[in-house]
Amino acid sequence: MVPTSYYLVLSAVLFGLGVIAFIFKRNILTIFMSIELMLNAVNLAFVTFSRSLGQLQGQIFVFFVIVVAAAEAAVGLAIIILIHRNRGTLNVENVDSLKD
Amino acid sequence: MPVLTYLWIIPLLPLLGAAANGIFGGRWPKNVTTAIALSSTTLSFFAALEAVREFFMLSPDQIPYIKTYFTWISAGGFQADFALQVDQLTVVMLLVVTGVGWLIHIYSSGYMHDDPGYRRFFSYLNLFMFFMLILILAANYLLMFVGWEGVGLCSYLLIGFFFLKQSATNAGNKAFWVNRIGDFGFLLGVLLIFKTFGTLNFSTVLSQAASMSADPAGHIGTLTTIALLLFVGAAGKSAQLPLYVWLPDAMEGPTPVSALIHAATMVTAGVYMVVRSHAIFLNAPVAMQLVGIVGCATALFAASIGLVQTDIKKVLAYSTVSQLGYMFLACGVGAFGAGVFHLMTHAFFKGLLFLAAGSVIHAMGGEQDMRKMGGLRKKIPVTFWTMLMGTLAIAGIPGFSGFFSKDEILGEALRVSPVLGWLGVFAAGLTSFYMFRLIFLTFFGSERYDEHHVHVHESPKSMTIPLIVLAILSVCGGWMAVPQFVGGVNHFEHFLAPVLSSGAGAAAEASQPEAAGPTILQALMGAPVIAGLLGLLLAWWFYIQSPETPKKLAASLSAPYKLLLGKYFIDEIYLAAIVRPLVWVSDKVLWHVVDEGVIDGTVNGVATVSRETGDRLRHANTGNIRSYATWIALGVVVFTSLLLWMVD
Repeated sequence: MVPTSYYLVLSAVLFGLGVIAFIFKRNILTIFMSIELMLNAVNLAFVTFSRSLGQLQGQIFVFFVIVVAAAEAAVGLAIIILIHRNRGTLNVENVDSLKD
Repeated sequence: MPVLTYLWIIPLLPLLGAAANGIFGGRWPKNVTTAIALSSTTLSFFAALEAVREFFMLSPDQIPYIKTYFTWISAGGFQADFALQVDQLTVVMLLVVTGVGWLIHIYSSGYMHDDPGYRRFFSYLNLFMFFMLILILAANYLLMFVGWEGVGLCSYLLIGFFFLKQSATNAGNKAFWVNRIGDFGFLLGVLLIFKTFGTLNFSTVLSQAASMSADPAGHIGTLTTIALLLFVGAAGKSAQLPLYVWLPDAMEGPTPVSALIHAATMVTAGVYMVVRSHAIFLNAPVAMQLVGIVGCATALFAASIGLVQTDIKKVLAYSTVSQLGYMFLACGVGAFGAGVFHLMTHAFFKGLLFLAAGSVIHAMGGEQDMRKMGGLRKKIPVTFWTMLMGTLAIAGIPGFSGFFSKDEILGEALRVSPVLGWLGVFAAGLTSFYMFRLIFLTFFGSERYDEHHVHVHESPKSMTIPLIVLAILSVCGGWMAVPQFVGGVNHFEHFLAPVLSSGAGAAAEASQPEAAGPTILQALMGAPVIAGLLGLLLAWWFYIQSPETPKKLAASLSAPYKLLLGKYFIDEIYLAAIVRPLVWVSDKVLWHVVDEGVIDGTVNGVATVSRETGDRLRHANTGNIRSYATWIALGVVVFTSLLLWMVD
């Protein structure tokens, strides 16, 4: 049987990749995908702990996360489409009007 | 015992009147306002009469009759009830306040009839009645203080009644501030009473104070401190030296106000409070001496200023200060009963004199300067005759009320302290002189006003009837206390005896050899009468017989004359010694340093620091989502590392 720590390390690596992609990528769509990656890294950690502790709560929580992620994907994609329509670009460096 | 049980009705009625007129009266016609104001005081007066009737049916062990309605304040060991009390002293005050107050309300309905502030006036006047009744009915010092402050407020409102006149608002402010000094002393006294006795109820405090050993003469112990603090309050409210300065200025108010508040009732609250606290004062010889000296000095001082005043109301104002001095003189020599008696007769004759002066002013179309009057005797006969009665009473002419009360005070003062007594006799002569000067200048001699412009007319019935009633009281009010040696029975003293017998002084008085007393008193009783008659004669000589004399005298004695005319320059001294330095400190230190520097500086400093910090941090707000993400990620890394490091 694969030890618990392997799953956790995998989860941490996936999360770290998500964070790095979030920070360094410029395309909004890629950033969006990196968010999904982070969410799923967390899901993996939840399931791992659920399994190793023999409790169900972790798995239930994963369902919640999946639901939220689906909703987020719907809203997020809609926003991305609108940004593209209005600005003609998907580069985040050009989307910084919040500072004004 | 319906009214005695529901004693709160007596003060509540004027309060309802004040509220009805003050809050809802705006749209009501004038006669509704009059009806509400007058009926509330009338009902209050009749309720008081009924309460007194029921009071006389109580058995002696039920007196003082104390009725507790609810607990007002209860905090830790401190408790103050809303409790009202009736004893013999209250009865006297109750009848004077409601009776004279009622008459003055009637008079006001005539005097103020054409004033645009009619409704406001009656609303204030009713409110005053409420607070005054609370003051005299209260069964503890705290509730008394409520009434005490309340009448001060109404006094302020009514002095500044003509608020478009700068001098009137100034006078109102002055009265309020000077009273504040006195009230501060009173409040400290009340706090010290609570600290010493653990309660503020009159009955407990006074019986305990009476059973305490007296402070030795010349020593200031707790009781003396309490007594002195209370006297500071009394001196403020009752216009004694050195706090009298507000009362002459208070004449800026409408004349009925001067009569009710600044002559008959409110200014006597200080005397009432001292008499109420007599058990404390009797065990505080230093305070008693001070009360007597201050009273006597005020009587003499104010009377001397009254000699040269030309404003008819100012003469009466200084006369009031002077007469209040007599009352304190009485308290100071232990003759509390005589003090209350003079308080009562003074309420009658001084109320009358003010109302009559108001009638004169009304007849003269607003003129108050006596130099521009003269010869009014035939034109306004009712005013003349009633005012003459009041003058005879205040001058102490035998048979009139002032004779009995003043001679009782002076007789007692001569017995206890001849110096104070003789000074008082001298002041009685001055009193008689300035009052007859007023009468002669106003009603006799040549007509010094412009007949084409001033249409002299007698006042309406609503004004003359109260004058007549008060004149009758001024004449007969003293007959209930005919001194014993002329074959009379001093009913008044006997009546008050249960209230005033709790102190040690009563026992001392009883042990005085009675046999020697009357003959000495009898001989001395003549002195005030002679002084009064001399004053009358002198006034007659000066202002009827040879009107040139006063001018010659003023010219030959110009220094003292100017001193008197300038009222000893007390106002100027206060202005230079107290008001100006206070204004200077407020302006230079409190305003420019403390307010602008410290308080504004603190607030502005906080704002500046926030703004500067924000200015620096503003640059972190780039709007770039990736930089925010970097900060968040770094934060997570830092906190996680810290956490791990701390766990290890």
